[in-house]
Amino acid sequence: MDIHRLVKMANEIGTFFEGAEQHHEAVASTAAHLRNFWDPRMRAQLIEYARHGDGELSHLVREAVLALDAPRQA
Amino acid sequence: MLAIDDKDFGTPPSKSKKLVTLEIDGHPVSVPEGTSVLRAAAIAGVAIPKLCATDSMAAFGSCRLCLIEVEGRNGCPASCTTPVESGIKVRTRSDKLEKLRRGVMELYMSDHPLGAAECKADGKCELHRMGREVGLESVRYNHGARTHLDLAVDDSNPYFSFDPTRCILCSRCVRACDDIQGTFALTIDGRGFNSLMSPGQHQHYIDSECVSCGACVQACPTDALMEKTVLEKGPGDRAVVTTCGYCGVGCSFKAEVRGDEIVRMVPNKDGLPNHGHSCVKGRFAWGYATHPDRVRTPMIRERIQDPWREVSWDEAITFAARELKRVQAKYGRGSVGGITSSRCTNEEAYLVQKLVRAALGNNNVDTCARVCHSPTGYGLKTAFGTPAGTNDFDSVLESDVIVVIGANPTEGHPVFSSILKRRIREGARLIVADPRQIELARMPHVEADYFLQLTPGTNVALFNAMAHTIVTDGLANESFIHERTKRSEYHHWRDFIIQERNSPEAAEKITGVPAEKIRGAARLYAKGPNSAIYYGLGVTEHSQGSTAVLAMANLAMVTGNVGRAGVGVNPLRGQNNVQGSNDVGSFPHELTGYRHVSDSKVRAEFEHEWHVTLDPEPGLRIPNMFDAALDGSFKGIYIEGEDIAQSDPNTNHVAAALQAMEIVIVHDIFLNQTANFAHVFLPGSSFLEKNGTFTNAERRISMVRKVLHPLAGKEDWEVTCMLSNALGFPMNYKHPSEIMDEIARLTPTFTGVNYAKLDRIGSAQWPCNDAAPEGTPVMHIGEFVRGKGRFLPTEYVPTDERTTQRYPLILTTGRILTQYNVGTQTRRTKNVVWHAEDVLEIHPHDAEQRGLREGDWVEVTSREGSIFVRALLTERVQPGVVYTTFHHPDTGANVVTTENSDWATNCPEYKVTAVQVKPTSRRPERIPPARIVHDAIASKP
Repeated sequence: MDIHRLVKMANEIGTFFEGAEQHHEAVASTAAHLRNFWDPRMRAQLIEYARHGDGELSHLVREAVLALDAPRQA
Repeated sequence: MLAIDDKDFGTPPSKSKKLVTLEIDGHPVSVPEGTSVLRAAAIAGVAIPKLCATDSMAAFGSCRLCLIEVEGRNGCPASCTTPVESGIKVRTRSDKLEKLRRGVMELYMSDHPLGAAECKADGKCELHRMGREVGLESVRYNHGARTHLDLAVDDSNPYFSFDPTRCILCSRCVRACDDIQGTFALTIDGRGFNSLMSPGQHQHYIDSECVSCGACVQACPTDALMEKTVLEKGPGDRAVVTTCGYCGVGCSFKAEVRGDEIVRMVPNKDGLPNHGHSCVKGRFAWGYATHPDRVRTPMIRERIQDPWREVSWDEAITFAARELKRVQAKYGRGSVGGITSSRCTNEEAYLVQKLVRAALGNNNVDTCARVCHSPTGYGLKTAFGTPAGTNDFDSVLESDVIVVIGANPTEGHPVFSSILKRRIREGARLIVADPRQIELARMPHVEADYFLQLTPGTNVALFNAMAHTIVTDGLANESFIHERTKRSEYHHWRDFIIQERNSPEAAEKITGVPAEKIRGAARLYAKGPNSAIYYGLGVTEHSQGSTAVLAMANLAMVTGNVGRAGVGVNPLRGQNNVQGSNDVGSFPHELTGYRHVSDSKVRAEFEHEWHVTLDPEPGLRIPNMFDAALDGSFKGIYIEGEDIAQSDPNTNHVAAALQAMEIVIVHDIFLNQTANFAHVFLPGSSFLEKNGTFTNAERRISMVRKVLHPLAGKEDWEVTCMLSNALGFPMNYKHPSEIMDEIARLTPTFTGVNYAKLDRIGSAQWPCNDAAPEGTPVMHIGEFVRGKGRFLPTEYVPTDERTTQRYPLILTTGRILTQYNVGTQTRRTKNVVWHAEDVLEIHPHDAEQRGLREGDWVEVTSREGSIFVRALLTERVQPGVVYTTFHHPDTGANVVTTENSDWATNCPEYKVTAVQVKPTSRRPERIPPARIVHDAIASKP
């Protein structure tokens, strides 16, 4: 899937959770959102992207993406 | 004319709890104080003749037919305007009364075509019934006298005709238009003998303000106002109670049938969402069900360039299943999926998601709520614990302040708007927030105290500024906050909301709404005391749709406006079963009752019932399916009742995705735009051809009952079962009631729901459980479903869709009264009289800058594409904003909308698209009809 679109979507999620009281809450909420609502193939692609550095990902989102468990195969 | 099996009690019920006992014709009768004698008699089984009275409206006292005698009192008062009193003795029959009534009837009939044989309703109208009842046999007065019998019939409305020669000037039609519909389109014009019922100002119905709701036709006690279908086919001989197939109000109707033909749909006065009222769509626009375009035979083709080949059900189903299995074998289990529809029943949506999860083995199922109210689900579940509206529709009658945001009820939810307008006329205050001046902002008898005409895409800034005002003015409901929310979360939110960036002055720069208006509206809302929010897609279809829903939840919690009648946060759902299709597990991350697929306990319940192992990972959402199709990992889809090629944003992107798939199965009643990309077409059944249930926007589960035999021979649930069986996962239901029983077994909020109960009580609002076996009209009383209500900071983030010199205008979209979504149904009815094409509303200032005049063709260009429509110059839209509807495929409004979407749910941002508008000589391209080979059926079942 278009990685730029996935990155944009993930960053928008991170932007909402930036409002959390603590940074670790924001990271956990972002990761939970991705885990709960994203298909594994989307998460896998994003994780692969995050492993290679920030790129277009915000710091918060990259942290969240790397915290995700290894995805199942679709 | 009332429905054929309706009992009319003459006047509305009294709400008093105090009982009064009187005597009617020698029999004691006890009724609530305030009841009319006419109604008390009807309750006691005594039918007093009447004409101007009907129980849907207050007594009028004009016909003088319902006269009575009261022992010890002089005269013969009208029983409709005489309230009961303790101990009075009423006589409804006497020589004197019968003579008076015959005299009154004789006068009516002296200016009316005589005899039941001349009655257009086969003598079944109330006037002729009353004539028989009072024993009128002849008329002495009409020989050579002036009459109204030479007046012309008004046939201008496509659905009903008005014959003034039959009118008795009882004003029931006028009062129905005023009191029930709230349009005030009709009047009794003139005085004395010259009095005539007149639409508008001496206009034909079609040229007047009439909205064709049908209330006048239903109220008419004579054959003056009659449905044309009844005039053509005759009155019905039986009625089937069912639920409307259009918007999320979910009106209850009686389908009146003569032989095997529907002759009319009459709103059911016992129906709790609508109380006997209707709109032009539900009441009249049902002709699509038998339209010649209906497909009656399954069809297949190898390539989408080929013509369709008609085949048997068996061949179509075998082909579809074989292709799905082939694709899965080649590309993997997750390479296929399905889409359920809000136009289908709960049972049908449940089966499609079950097929995807159990037969296809993944969670790639989604529903059209994805593109409308998915942010409602996310926002309300996060804040309150339940992804549904908090209150029932009737609750608005107890509201003191009503906020309508991003919704246009007079067009999109007309029957609810009638209730809302009635409450406004009774004195409730109104706040309207919308980029466009909708009718509710200012119309006869209704005017918003505050009309906040904000810039599209700035809802969150507005809500935040209202909350800022409430907190900084000291209007927060501290006791509610203390008792019902988590203190630390509230304080965190409070620290956020009082920031200067959330002040009305800051919001003014973003929204364009003057700060003082925002403050005024916020104060009005906070002071209520009962303040309710009603909202629609103008809130959800934004990149911050979910944030906006959370911001409204914050407003309701900070003012204590949740958990009782008259308050709440209430989505107005666009389609009849948006709520229901979500409830029964249509989202890719949730099983029925909004329980996540990763919950092993929940999954185990379904695995036990279905005898399969379920995938614990969320599946693809609709927009993700398109993206995955383009990257080659999603290759097949089963679409029931949705036209994604017309309704979803960025049509070119959707078309490319569909073209990239190897098997597209469309299950629909018409060859829609999506069918252009399909390999299998399974003919569907309309809501009139099947049994099931719909769940409306107030969580009300109502029965859908089969009125006609399915045109293609099968109800939709049967077709899904066939497909599942062919895929190797058995579905052997004999009746949709068994499907509902399964849903109820697996869904705590549906505990005890079954067809027998729904038949008995009419409808039920979930949650249904041991504490509330017949349902829960108002939620979150005393405690939120999630325990404590959750405040969350809702930072305003501007959309990425920015205006530029190249795209200087913002396009926003919506719908109109007479058409329904992509128009598949309503375009195949006479509703096209009112809306034959989509137009572009543009402010005169913007039009002048572009040299545009009314009716000119324009090209609307966004970053995604162009469409061609005519311009309509109007100040309803503000400068810089243009507006169109999306009812016609030739226009293809979604060619220009973008793939920007809500951050939480991927609900598309339909409401904000940067565009340029220019004059053009081009016209929309007419879409050619599909090619079908009709003689290729190998064997029919």
